[in-house]
Amino acid sequence: MTNPQTTNAPTDPDNQMTGAAIVLQALKDNGVEHIFGYPGGAVLPIYDEIFQQDDIQHILVRHEQGAGHMAEGYARSTGKVGVMLVTSGPGATNAVTPLQDALMDSIPLVCLSGQVPTSLIGSDAFQECDTVGITRPCTKHNWLVKDVNDLARIIHEAFRVASSGRPGPVVVDIPKDVQFATGTYTPPSASETAKTYHPKARNNGDAIAQAVELMRHAKRPVIYSGGGVVNSGPEASQLLRELVEQSNFPITSTLMGLGSYPASGANWLGMLGMHGTYEANMAMHDCDVMVCIGARFDDRITGRLNAFSPNSKKIHIDIDPSSINKTVHVDIPIIGDVGTVLEDMVRLWRAGSKSVDKTAINPWWDSIREWRARKSLSYKSNNDVIMPQYAIQRLYELTKHRDTYITTEVGQHQMWAAQFYGFEQPNRWMTSGGLGTMGYGFPAAIGVQVAHPESLVIDIAGDASIQMCIQEMACAVQYNLPVKIFILNNQYMGMVRQWQQLLHGNRLSNSYTEAMPDFVKLAEAYGGMGIRCEKPGDLDEAITRMIDTPVPVIFDCRVANLTNCFPMIPSGKAHNEMLLPDEATDDAVANAIDAKGRQLV
Amino acid sequence: MNAQHQPTGSAYFIAKETAKAENHTLSVLVDNEPGVLARVIGLFSGRGYNIESLTVSETEHQAHLSRITIVTRGTPHVLEQIKSQLERIVPVHRVVDLTVRAHELGQERALERELALIKVSGTGESRVEALRLADAFRAQVIDANTEHFVFEITGKVSKVDQFIAIMKPLGLIEVCRTGIAAMNRGPQGM
Repeated sequence: MTNPQTTNAPTDPDNQMTGAAIVLQALKDNGVEHIFGYPGGAVLPIYDEIFQQDDIQHILVRHEQGAGHMAEGYARSTGKVGVMLVTSGPGATNAVTPLQDALMDSIPLVCLSGQVPTSLIGSDAFQECDTVGITRPCTKHNWLVKDVNDLARIIHEAFRVASSGRPGPVVVDIPKDVQFATGTYTPPSASETAKTYHPKARNNGDAIAQAVELMRHAKRPVIYSGGGVVNSGPEASQLLRELVEQSNFPITSTLMGLGSYPASGANWLGMLGMHGTYEANMAMHDCDVMVCIGARFDDRITGRLNAFSPNSKKIHIDIDPSSINKTVHVDIPIIGDVGTVLEDMVRLWRAGSKSVDKTAINPWWDSIREWRARKSLSYKSNNDVIMPQYAIQRLYELTKHRDTYITTEVGQHQMWAAQFYGFEQPNRWMTSGGLGTMGYGFPAAIGVQVAHPESLVIDIAGDASIQMCIQEMACAVQYNLPVKIFILNNQYMGMVRQWQQLLHGNRLSNSYTEAMPDFVKLAEAYGGMGIRCEKPGDLDEAITRMIDTPVPVIFDCRVANLTNCFPMIPSGKAHNEMLLPDEATDDAVANAIDAKGRQLV
Repeated sequence: MNAQHQPTGSAYFIAKETAKAENHTLSVLVDNEPGVLARVIGLFSGRGYNIESLTVSETEHQAHLSRITIVTRGTPHVLEQIKSQLERIVPVHRVVDLTVRAHELGQERALERELALIKVSGTGESRVEALRLADAFRAQVIDANTEHFVFEITGKVSKVDQFIAIMKPLGLIEVCRTGIAAMNRGPQGM
């Protein structure tokens, strides 16, 4: 982020300025152009500085959670650090959800929070909370700045910690008296960095050579890539594509890694995991060599752990040593940046490519073709009601030739989006994977739109999720951010209902969305535009109208209410025990968990 | 708690952990800055790890470095995770598993010592007996009047445990233990 050459030397020869001015100067010197925030008593001096400058644009949100998700969407779509600014007390506590979200999905995020004056800390002052205490477990690191002369150094350090190693969120808590106090500004180049935080670049030479050797002799290989490839930058995705092309290995990806390898690629198996494709999960189960690149064996990926890919040798590339052997034992751990490791891997593969028997994996591809033929994503089309899968497919067809970014909320619509929207490039797909935050998608889309004002940004949403951060419509309208909200409206918390059907005796406890707002009127009330579509025949025209509308749109897509998301690995089952759509009769669904399992429910 | 306690990875099918838990002693070198201890123990409570003993003090005043000694209990796999998770904490410089290091050096365990202050009150025969035993355990009397002693005892945990157990019937009033201080044998540093 920081480039000493481009650092603006502060005009004051002594670099003396107020804490609030130091904040703005430090942000500028760290390349920040946009911040997302909400003012309040304990950050007024910083807002005063924001008012008096034009270099950094402040986006006024309507709830601090929105600011955090906007910063996340901004970060994920640009590769830059996202910045949010909140006040003390409730401002900071409202930031907790996006901080944890960013922690679990490894998104670089700097959260600046105001704090009551140092003399009042600990006195239960108005809008006081122990921000560093509350945010300690949901950040990579956090700081309480007690001396204005530490402020610049700490902000520079915050950007460094957030963006280096495994990226993540950090909090800098700044008491109001520190914002008013005058101190010395040190530019990033002159600031001493902390002694401890230096994510190690390890020498993996042997491990990489071993891994490539293992891959060369694989009969049933599979590449399992994740969000780490996206985080590593576009070069990493390029190298991944090259490795796939050179090796002709089949490749699947986690929810977070979609787009690193193009969905149109010949070796693409589709997403894996709980709602992954049959071919991806069967390949994972039956493979003899698994190459895990920038993914972390999440429980939504592995299914039943003691039945996960039982006969494979596993290679795991991850920048975070704590990800190695956390839940799944791996045979060859490689600790390092995905891009750097892949570079070596591709080079080594190339060097020895002549000795590789290219036909050795042909029988494996035959098996995969058989699995593909099961068409695990198929669904019964319907002429009277819109099937949710069909809605995503049409949305994809009508937007794929454009410069499109997709975000989602969390639930069935998220899985359908992942299954049916084809991602060709990294950084085009923003979703809450680890934390599963309903309410993520819309603010994230706003953040993406801020970074890419000319692009088409669509939040694929559910009728329940969208209501969790709907207030940001006002933000979108205020800044002319023409974000599109595409709601798959089935009047249920669909994924909750699906689990209740599957695992809780079909008792649909509180999963029906009663008192649904009229989304068209809601959009209009905010100053946006609303579109409702109820018939499959009207869908294309309606989607085109949505795309062509230059203001924020809420698209109320009424879909078949009781459709469930398949294929599915029920909780506690193995990859080869998937429920496929054609097998998922009411009976099969009811018996997905055997009697023994149900007693444990 | 931890996924490793549920090998199925599902709350709908909980299976028992079968691997055997062991006690290990970790040395953690950290920047002595506000909140650093909270980060370390928050990690243990947040991820469901055990703390059997915890000792912390600044060891290098000029560099503001503190050394935290933690005795923890877990399966080898959990212990490895604890070490990796500790290393992620920004102000943590180094984490050394002293028990593993001792095994590498061909020893059963690292040097581990604890200090305890023990107050015993009584008169007559039990008082004489307490003093006699204290002498046998090389405990020092650091405070006394005609009705009580305060002993200072240093040694292995087992020795301190034993001494306390013996003092119980002889009028044990109060115990304060420091937790374990530990390092490896041999000329090398941590």
